[in-house]
Amino acid sequence: MALKLADYKTTVHNDWCPGCGDFGILNAIQMALSEMQTPLHRATIFSGIGCSGKTPHFIHTYGIHTLHGRVLPFAQGAKICNPDLEVLAVGGDGDGLGIGAGHFISSGRRNVDMVYIIFNNAVYGLTKGQAAPTLKLGMKTKSLTQPNMNNSVNPIALALVAGFTFIGRGYSYDVRHLKELIKKAIEHKGLAFLDVLQPCPTYNDINTKEWYQGLDNFNPENGKQMPRTYKLEETGYDGIVRQPYEASTKMGQAIERSNEWGSKIPLGIFYQNEHIPTYQDRIVGRIPNYLEIPPAKQDISDQNNKPTAKLDKLLDDLRADK
Amino acid sequence: MTQSKISNSLTWVIGGAQGSGVDSAANIFSKACSQAGLYIFGKREYYSNIKGEHSYFTVRVSDKQIRSHVDDINLLVSFDAETLFRHGDKVTKGGGIIYDQDLVNTTIQEVPTIDDQALKKITNMLKKANKSLTVQGMLDYAKDNGTILYNVPYFQLLREFSEKINDHSLSKLTRTVNVMALSASMAVLDFDTTVLTRAIKHIFRAKPKIAELNIAAANYSYNYVKSRFNSTEFRFKLTKVQTSSDIILMQGNQSSAMGKISAGCRFQTYYPITPASDDSEFLESNQIIESTPDGKKDSIVVVQTEDEIAAITMAIGGALTGVRSATATSGPGFSLMTEALGWAGINEVPVVVSLYQRAGPSTGLPTRHEQGDLMFAINCGHGEFPKIVFASGDIEESFYDTIKVFNFAEKYQLPVIHMLDKAIANSIMTCRVFDQYKINIDRGRLLENIIPAGDTGVAGNYLRFKFDENPISSRVRLGTENGIFWNTGDEHTEEGHITEDPDNRIKMMNKRMSKLDLASKEIPAEDKAIAYGHNDPSSGMTIVSWGSTKGAILDAIDQLTVEGKNVKFVQVRLMHPFPSSLVEKMLENTKVLVDIEMNYTGQLGLLIKQNLNRNINYKIVKYNGRSMSSSEIYNALMYIISGNAPRRIVLEHGA
Repeated sequence: MALKLADYKTTVHNDWCPGCGDFGILNAIQMALSEMQTPLHRATIFSGIGCSGKTPHFIHTYGIHTLHGRVLPFAQGAKICNPDLEVLAVGGDGDGLGIGAGHFISSGRRNVDMVYIIFNNAVYGLTKGQAAPTLKLGMKTKSLTQPNMNNSVNPIALALVAGFTFIGRGYSYDVRHLKELIKKAIEHKGLAFLDVLQPCPTYNDINTKEWYQGLDNFNPENGKQMPRTYKLEETGYDGIVRQPYEASTKMGQAIERSNEWGSKIPLGIFYQNEHIPTYQDRIVGRIPNYLEIPPAKQDISDQNNKPTAKLDKLLDDLRADK
Repeated sequence: MTQSKISNSLTWVIGGAQGSGVDSAANIFSKACSQAGLYIFGKREYYSNIKGEHSYFTVRVSDKQIRSHVDDINLLVSFDAETLFRHGDKVTKGGGIIYDQDLVNTTIQEVPTIDDQALKKITNMLKKANKSLTVQGMLDYAKDNGTILYNVPYFQLLREFSEKINDHSLSKLTRTVNVMALSASMAVLDFDTTVLTRAIKHIFRAKPKIAELNIAAANYSYNYVKSRFNSTEFRFKLTKVQTSSDIILMQGNQSSAMGKISAGCRFQTYYPITPASDDSEFLESNQIIESTPDGKKDSIVVVQTEDEIAAITMAIGGALTGVRSATATSGPGFSLMTEALGWAGINEVPVVVSLYQRAGPSTGLPTRHEQGDLMFAINCGHGEFPKIVFASGDIEESFYDTIKVFNFAEKYQLPVIHMLDKAIANSIMTCRVFDQYKINIDRGRLLENIIPAGDTGVAGNYLRFKFDENPISSRVRLGTENGIFWNTGDEHTEEGHITEDPDNRIKMMNKRMSKLDLASKEIPAEDKAIAYGHNDPSSGMTIVSWGSTKGAILDAIDQLTVEGKNVKFVQVRLMHPFPSSLVEKMLENTKVLVDIEMNYTGQLGLLIKQNLNRNINYKIVKYNGRSMSSSEIYNALMYIISGNAPRRIVLEHGA
């Protein structure tokens, strides 16, 4: 029996603010899982802390709402122990690029086969609107007493240099496009990162839905009003590394595009490279049967509750008469 | 003047610059003694440094089981000047020093790694005795103490040896000086050369060529000493006795790791830290596991993480898939882990932290010993959540205890902090071979399958945190069909969703915290505390302690027993929840309660006050970073018995 979109939803009351961009991301995740017919029990959604941290409670799969900034190591631990799980990690930009930035970098180096989605609204919403790592220098959103003193981090470029092997950006009000991106991220062999632009209607009065729609943004050539976001794929951009030698060039063009902001903000796949071995592949290099019997599928005791591991060899080596 | 020989009982010390082969020489010595059927206890002391600073290894040998070191040195083996300056005066009357003839004119100022404080102490000592501030001065000082000196001209020997084997790469041969020194000591002790050869072969078994070279160097040095000195003049002697295949020579940084393999731990994460890293590295180098019954190979995945926060959170992520997961760390790393332990507590996730204590606070003495983290481990993390804190007393215990702590973690679905320390990790001893089948694996309420009985509720029929009479609800692995649940660091419902409902909060707190009552009830007495010996009704003296002081205390009270003084010893193992009624019972008839701990405050004493409302009469504490010797404990107890001791005795021995 095919799983319906409704099967991926829980009845938990959603207390996000009306108009919150998070709703679009939640819908896109549920739609992607439903279209891929991922069995409910096979998927686990991990989250950090903040408004986005509540996401797993609204999705009817396993849901692990972790600590502030620590979603990636929690999620990697589960995926490494049971590579059959479909693991999605979600969190805010403060969670992933502020308090959790160290894990962001190190996760890139590992390339565990899973997906990480950042709900990027440039503010700490749940603590009432402080500046988050993606807020631009000098910006003063509604609840800041003074303009932001820090420069913003570029999540796409950071993911690229950290070693993420799939890097894309979506927009929470373009749910259909975002859903496709999520599906591609899940299908990707390796660690996929999605930067999702997500207006916070309560605390970010600069990067609003209207701002993204470009109500004040005009094409200098024809004077026509135009949305700020555009899709990379519609401009002929191709971020996929088809041969290993292309990696450097593709990284360069991805960084160039990642610096676009203001009147033109790219969406879509910036970079994808499946030539880098996943962490799972690397474990197989050390433990040849890892994928057949990963940690979660080992019987550690027999029917008499005795350990199955045999220490004889290790102990023999230490015997006094040896 | 011939004295009677002391056979198979001595303390042997080798010192040298870090990186110069002190450890391998000590390992060969230890292995040779165990192959000769003798018992050993060895401990390693070193600086937080890669190369150049002074390190030394103490090995005590006996024909009976021993569990600690003593203060005296009977044979000091050196091939540098610093070892002589630092330890030369500690050698007993009738003991010996093996030294390099070429170093006698070295002045103490010429040794850059002797720090100002040590320099001052040694200088004062030599000046007071009217000795020159040179190696010769120190040797003269030792000679006055009745120490016998054995000069070995290593360089000359190396040159001759190089001619003999026709290998002229002296720089390569120089690397055998450690083995030459060790072998010289074996000649003085009249030790069997065939056993020595076997031990060298064993230690260098991965490098047969190096083994061969070292054996040749060892023989050369052995024969030189034999021809030059009359070994009958030396009181100490090591003789081969009957060996037993039931005895193993075990290092304390591998015993708990071995326990993990047997316990079924299949995921370990770590961030490098002394002295905990060895645990993880042992697992990494033995990650393919032989399994019964069909000879299939299981494995343990070891991940080096970016920090300790990632280490603990990744381990918890692994534990959620039903894998026995652990991390190993020391104080600074443990400090970073505490928020996540609270998360494991509220979500009832079984995870084990092997906490190898070292001297704190902050970086403290990173390579030195202390038991300063007891109160911190018990109180770690904000808010109230159940955890078990368990302390092993020695290498042998640490193996079995490791299996037990995984059982506790899974039975009671909570984090367990397994307290170990630098003294255990950096010691080596002969003990009975581990019986890995002695302790069963108990996975508690882990469900492998869930049969759906209907379609009610958001999570079907399965409730991860179901309220029931038994506070322990069934656990499933992530990925189990029909078992969907949620976790959150927030207070949660039976399904695992966020709730701030006050009544639910009370019930959930009760559910979680009452698991400790159950653990207190179910954990067997021998895992809570062990009472050794009995006290004389007249004195009524009982010692309480925990962790690695065990061996030194047992050896000290054995010595007191020989002298007709009986002291009881209560070793507390389950530190939290505290086994109040059992310890209280063990302390019945105690008139004088002595707390022995390797920290400043006497943290177990505070726990006893808190839980038993009982005062400690005498505290014997030590916090100079060097583990307690049985001599120190013996002396302190004698002091207390004399009736003149202060209420708090601070031990200070150690270099």
